[in-house]
Amino acid sequence: MIARLADGVPRKGLWLLAALLLLLTLFPLFASGYLLAIGFLILYFAYVGQAWNVMMGFAGQLSLGHSLYVGLGAYAAAALYVHFGVSPWIGLGAAIGISMLAGAAIGFLAFRFGVAGVYFAILTIAFAEFARIGFDHFAWVRGSSGLFLPVANYTENDLWNLRGSPVMFYYLMLAMTAGAFVLCHALLRSRMGYYWLAIRESPEAAAALGVNVFRYKMYAVVISAAMTSLSGVVFAFYYNNLFPEQIFHISRSIELILGPIIGGIGTLVGPIVGAFLLTGLAEGLRELMLQLGIDVPGVKQVFYGLCLLLVIMFLPDGVWPPLARKLGLHR
Amino acid sequence: MSRLELRGVSKSFRGLKAVSAASFDVAPGGIHALIGPNGAGKTTIFNVVAGVYAPDAGEVLFDGRAIHGLRPDQVCAAGVGRTFQIVRPFAGLSVLDNVTVGALQAIKDVPAAKKHAAGIIEKLGLSAKRDLPASSLTLPDRKRLEVARALATRPKLLLLDEVMAGLRPTECDQIVAIFRELNRAEGLTILLIEHVMRAVMALAQRIVVLHHGEVIAQGTPDEVVRDPAVLESYLGEETEV
Ligand SMILES: Nc1ncnc2c1ncn2[C@@H]1O[C@H](COP(=O)(O)OP(=O)(O)OP(=O)(O)O)[C@@H](O)[C@H]1O
Ligand SMILES: [Mg+2]
Repeated sequence: MIARLADGVPRKGLWLLAALLLLLTLFPLFASGYLLAIGFLILYFAYVGQAWNVMMGFAGQLSLGHSLYVGLGAYAAAALYVHFGVSPWIGLGAAIGISMLAGAAIGFLAFRFGVAGVYFAILTIAFAEFARIGFDHFAWVRGSSGLFLPVANYTENDLWNLRGSPVMFYYLMLAMTAGAFVLCHALLRSRMGYYWLAIRESPEAAAALGVNVFRYKMYAVVISAAMTSLSGVVFAFYYNNLFPEQIFHISRSIELILGPIIGGIGTLVGPIVGAFLLTGLAEGLRELMLQLGIDVPGVKQVFYGLCLLLVIMFLPDGVWPPLARKLGLHR
Repeated sequence: MSRLELRGVSKSFRGLKAVSAASFDVAPGGIHALIGPNGAGKTTIFNVVAGVYAPDAGEVLFDGRAIHGLRPDQVCAAGVGRTFQIVRPFAGLSVLDNVTVGALQAIKDVPAAKKHAAGIIEKLGLSAKRDLPASSLTLPDRKRLEVARALATRPKLLLLDEVMAGLRPTECDQIVAIFRELNRAEGLTILLIEHVMRAVMALAQRIVVLHHGEVIAQGTPDEVVRDPAVLESYLGEETEV
């Protein structure tokens, strides 16, 4: 199974991946608290970017409302923990279930009634906005005043309840990012992966070759939603506070798709490269400005916009595909 | 029993009758041609058979089973492969991956499907371009790719929509030979739309002539080229025999 996963992957690529994994594993040993937080953020965006990529990069369905699944996952697990003391790993079941249902509802509405392209993207925004407004008035999770998780000064890491140090969260996020990479790699090589790419390139031709387009688009949405909701669970337990205004906000949906766009939509490495570039550079810039004592609000957004502009103008496939060719790697 | 039978099939687009009450059948193991001037409704008939459109009236039977109203993927699964007149390659995928998508219809296991696809690519003379993206192919090669993908699904009936347009005469003869061989060796039934009369006369055992959406003649090539209605409406204008 493992051996088959590595089939046909260039040797050099495997070594580079192993080196990267080793580096990221050792990172907390010499990173400060601040660097560790940035490391967590990079991995977080690499993970959600990968999850979003399943829908857009593989199956060609543009979602601009992925904050919906982050938020639903976060709220489901946090509410169960706050109200009943349920472990987030059990809460994860609810998180995934609810997100998959939401994804299935959106997918069904759109794909059954032929809502595609821009209109589909707008529909995904609409659902995230419904959730934002709905959760603002959802008293059980404290509405707009926000849901807070109890925090203490943890001396020990409790992985079962996700209570502990940033280092624990960092390693959890690293494991998730690595897991998502392997999962997506396997998906892409499966029958379903071929069918997704076919649908992305031409739904008519795919259907003529026996692909049930509706079904495989649904799989893409539901799998992407489930993966995304896991990042929401970790997000909730890492930050310990949730506000509908923030977590469901459209800017969050946009933020999480920038990584894969800049790294390379539809590639496995693109979301990771994109997360490193964007989050790494943005945080570096912020730190630099702090040191220089310059305070310009909105500088991060401007920076994101600039990166996007440069990539779209000069590297329309993203940073990774040309880089991969330079390194002599395929995907 | 016919492999394919159309009974009084009609299809309109906003009042425009693209196909009206068309009836004909294709025998198992036969090679039949569908000819007619531009806009006669040939491609529309393929689209109705392949499940892209449901007919407004009439029936489509495949091995005696009604298939009108099925989705395209269901029609494919039933055993009908089709090519598109306006080619629709999976542009970003390699030639091998394009054909593998088709092969996965017949063979669920990915490595086995790839092997099957590679064999078909070989047969159609695309092996040298196997790993190139489909977007880099010339139009004649894209037409070959259409055929390869459809063949990879292991159809019982293959619908070919002008796959020889744009081919040089020698290339045309090559692909004619491939279809003959598939028909002979595997009993593949073929219905082809073609303007290139050279190919039609070389391949077709029977010809159906369509004009303004109506079947105006059908029979053996000899019968059809002598049919007065055909001579007047079609062959008279652009004889390419
Ligand atoms: N999707 C559609 N919407 C509206 N009109 C259509 C559609 N498809 C075909 N038509 C019309 O139906 C008629 C038949 O078209 P069709 O494509 O079947 O002709 P054809 O015989 O394949 O012609 P050609 O030899 O040019 O390929 C034409 O008048 C065409 O404009
Ligand atoms: Mg046509």
